[in-house]
Amino acid sequence: MKFGVIIFPGSNCDHDALYALTHNLGQQATEIWHESEELGDADAIFVPGGFSYGDYLRCGAIARFSPIIRSLRRFADSGGLVIGVCNGFQILCEAGLLDGALVRNQDLRFVCRTVNLVPGTLDSAFTSACQPDRPLRIPVAHGEGCFFADEATLDRIEAEDRVAFRYSGENPNGSSRNIAGVLSEGRNVLGMMPHPERACDGAVGSTDGIAVFRSMISAAGNGLRHAG
Amino acid sequence: MQAEVDERTAAEHGLTAEEYERITGRIGRVPTLTELGILSVMWSEHCSYKSSRLHLKKLPTRGERILVGPGENAGIVDIGGGWAAAFKIESHNHPSYIEPFQGAATGVGGILRDIFTMGARPVAVLDALRFGPPDDPEAGPANRRIIRGVVEGIAHYGNCIGVPTIGGECSFDPCFSANPLVNVFALGVFRQDSIFLGSAKGLGNPVIYVGAKTGRDGIQGASMASAEFDEDSEAKRPNVQVGDPFLEKLLLEACLEAMRTGAILGIQDMGAAGLTCSTAEMGGRGGVGIEIELDRVPQRESGMTPYEIMLSESQERMLLVAERGREGEVLAVFQKWGLDAVEIGTVTADRLLRVKQGGSVVAELDTGFLSDDAPLYDRPHTEPRRTAPLDGPVLNEPQAADLLSGIEALLASPDLNSKRWIWEQYDHQVRTNTTSGPGADAAVIRIKEANVSLAMSLDGNSRYCSLDPRLGTQLIVAECCRNLATVGATPIAATNNLNFGNPEKPEIMAQLVESIEGMAEACRHFGTPITGGNVSLYNETLGEGIDPAPVLGIVGILDHMAAPIGSCFTHAGDLIVLLGGLLPDCRGEELPRRFGSSQYAKTVLAQTWGLPPSLDLEHEASVHEATRSIVRQNLAHSAHDVGSGGLAVALAECCFGPEPIGATVDFDTDHPLLCAMFHECPSRVLLSLPRANIGEVVAIAASLDVPLVELGHTGGSSLAFGLNSTTRVEAPVAHLRRIWESSFEASLETQ
Repeated sequence: MKFGVIIFPGSNCDHDALYALTHNLGQQATEIWHESEELGDADAIFVPGGFSYGDYLRCGAIARFSPIIRSLRRFADSGGLVIGVCNGFQILCEAGLLDGALVRNQDLRFVCRTVNLVPGTLDSAFTSACQPDRPLRIPVAHGEGCFFADEATLDRIEAEDRVAFRYSGENPNGSSRNIAGVLSEGRNVLGMMPHPERACDGAVGSTDGIAVFRSMISAAGNGLRHAG
Repeated sequence: MQAEVDERTAAEHGLTAEEYERITGRIGRVPTLTELGILSVMWSEHCSYKSSRLHLKKLPTRGERILVGPGENAGIVDIGGGWAAAFKIESHNHPSYIEPFQGAATGVGGILRDIFTMGARPVAVLDALRFGPPDDPEAGPANRRIIRGVVEGIAHYGNCIGVPTIGGECSFDPCFSANPLVNVFALGVFRQDSIFLGSAKGLGNPVIYVGAKTGRDGIQGASMASAEFDEDSEAKRPNVQVGDPFLEKLLLEACLEAMRTGAILGIQDMGAAGLTCSTAEMGGRGGVGIEIELDRVPQRESGMTPYEIMLSESQERMLLVAERGREGEVLAVFQKWGLDAVEIGTVTADRLLRVKQGGSVVAELDTGFLSDDAPLYDRPHTEPRRTAPLDGPVLNEPQAADLLSGIEALLASPDLNSKRWIWEQYDHQVRTNTTSGPGADAAVIRIKEANVSLAMSLDGNSRYCSLDPRLGTQLIVAECCRNLATVGATPIAATNNLNFGNPEKPEIMAQLVESIEGMAEACRHFGTPITGGNVSLYNETLGEGIDPAPVLGIVGILDHMAAPIGSCFTHAGDLIVLLGGLLPDCRGEELPRRFGSSQYAKTVLAQTWGLPPSLDLEHEASVHEATRSIVRQNLAHSAHDVGSGGLAVALAECCFGPEPIGATVDFDTDHPLLCAMFHECPSRVLLSLPRANIGEVVAIAASLDVPLVELGHTGGSSLAFGLNSTTRVEAPVAHLRRIWESSFEASLETQ
């Protein structure tokens, strides 16, 4: 499987995603500069964490105007798999590919810590390899990771089974309904604050993030559509 | 050309009458105001090291792994396989007092530029912080504001640029209330054949300015950092620079990419004294002149004078010399990253720094005169003054309840409680290399490219240094190296940050000299040459200086990339072993005197006296060797340095792992339990290991002539201390841990 990792000015988890996908998961992965108009022949797109455009104005608010976002939207609209992590999640929300918004952590402090996540659903291209009763240990590292949406939107997300992950035990940022990751209506776009790419190598901690990428690889193998 | 310059103007710039005379004598005329400004920053303590240079020469700087020693932007060591690491520590003390958030943030920005200007990609940051106590009855509110601001500033900059902050240390004393210390260490990695130096070469080659525009911020910052603070220090706020980590991230990526074109011949960041220092030093190192036109310098504000442009300390700027004819390749890279890159001048043959504005010369000075010929002072120094009595109170053995409350008080004290509140605000995982992060004895990252790991430890101890700067500094070097040994690493090189008061006072100068000489001896002994560092003097407010606060950063190497063992117990039923002996330095009446430097004396008895623990360098090195050998052969489950708070605190910390585990220990000694629990003799490491491994561990210790004591075993839910087979003090681990974990945040919330 071939992943494309989009790099914005200020992205800083791009290296980590490329390393995890190639070294820990044995997949192909290429860099895509934000000014590019095309996604190339990628089967899935990874929008990495960092501080795109310094997070000035609002996290992800400037990145959504990058040229690559147009092709990303086309790719997502045609069913392509897109995962946005941390700043990537914020960008996907700003770009309108996901519902809700990320606001400052409840205690107003940046937090870097490994937390417990439970899958909200196994019926998705990102969670099918997870086990329902076993929490995943995955790190968070963000200052603005509190997921926020109005009650009606939250009700709809839950009713449509689009909560991908919830914080379990401890909610590090005050997210509504403990939501750590959400799916798009088409279920092919995932945004999550925790970093699965940081949890793929036993030498630096947990390996529970592998389940997220294994799910994607298996979905792609099952012929989930990918647009070039 | 400009306002008239005389001795009085020079004095306002911090130059003495003698220094001014030296200037007029050398250039044969009255300097222009711009020239005076340039000379005043180049000859400031901060840039010229005029008080310390003479003594810094005593430090060892050579070794088989040293590729670049002091004098460049950072030191460089060989880490094998054609790879190298560049590292250095630098202070941003004065700005962090005036404006904590920006002061600390730009401290991170500055040291990172020192690393990537050499071509290395920064991969780790650590910081050593000193504050006034958060619960100080008077200065508490101000101290809490400074603590919050500094931590947030470091987090803001490091997190945004994507370099993990993987460790450090933090301690508190009233002397730091008005003189907080912010020392930031950074390390980067690169190929040995891609080292860039800050040297100008090639007559006629273009001098290119890249990065942020120049504004009026930070003017005279280097001079501010070379004077004491007084009541008017508030007025110095405009001297503090403002940082933009996003711009620095772009600058980092653009510089590394531009270096790969092969068209860059020399490069230097604009840090202290900005354009002045970078042009003078690049010219001086290359033995050439540099001519620049200020009209070409990108400017944020209109109407800036040559004086302001030359002395601005606006952040995120670099100066480079490219090969004539290939400058287009370099400029194209910066354009891709959306950065200003402008040719502002050329390399000349005359060894002069010539500054023009609108075509007219506004300053013309010899580059050698600016840097190499800076004043050098052999400042008078006495014996260090004793700041505390040699003998303290009579030490009676406290009741068991008092020993327990002693442990509780130490675990709650700002010096020893958990700093999770600080380090969780730092991204310590980005780049996925951190195999041992904050809270551990030593921070460790794997270097994927070179198939090795690097361990780093920062240490300081002003409690010891105020009682004996020479021995105190040696103890710091020893502790750093001991921390590295606990993860199995061999120390290879060091960087130092010398934080002291006003060197014009002979008793302060004495502290500096003693400290440097002690450091030299210890670094020689442990094979850790000093590759560079920083001297921060004049840490005084209203005439009150800080306690001597040298900070060491030592780098060690491991020949694998696996995660090292940690400092906490991992298995119930393991043996607890103390390498180095129970109270090795405590013969006869020595002990009460040396106990006066302990954390227990400071925190529980609220007084310090006497001397630091004694140190036998040979013995210390043998303990390191034994520890390394045991750890490398995977014979131990955990290894932890015994430091401040003695064995009681070290054992408690061992119990506070992710899965808390209790311990039962017994001391077989004639000394009081008080001393066994809280005395801080060095050269000791606590190990936990499976019973089956004890034979091999004993053999290793014996082969190196290192005493080994079996203290007890892990398990259960409480920590129990006994003396000669009778249990005397016992407390639930959960209770102790709650105190240790919650105290720091609680002290910040004090109203």
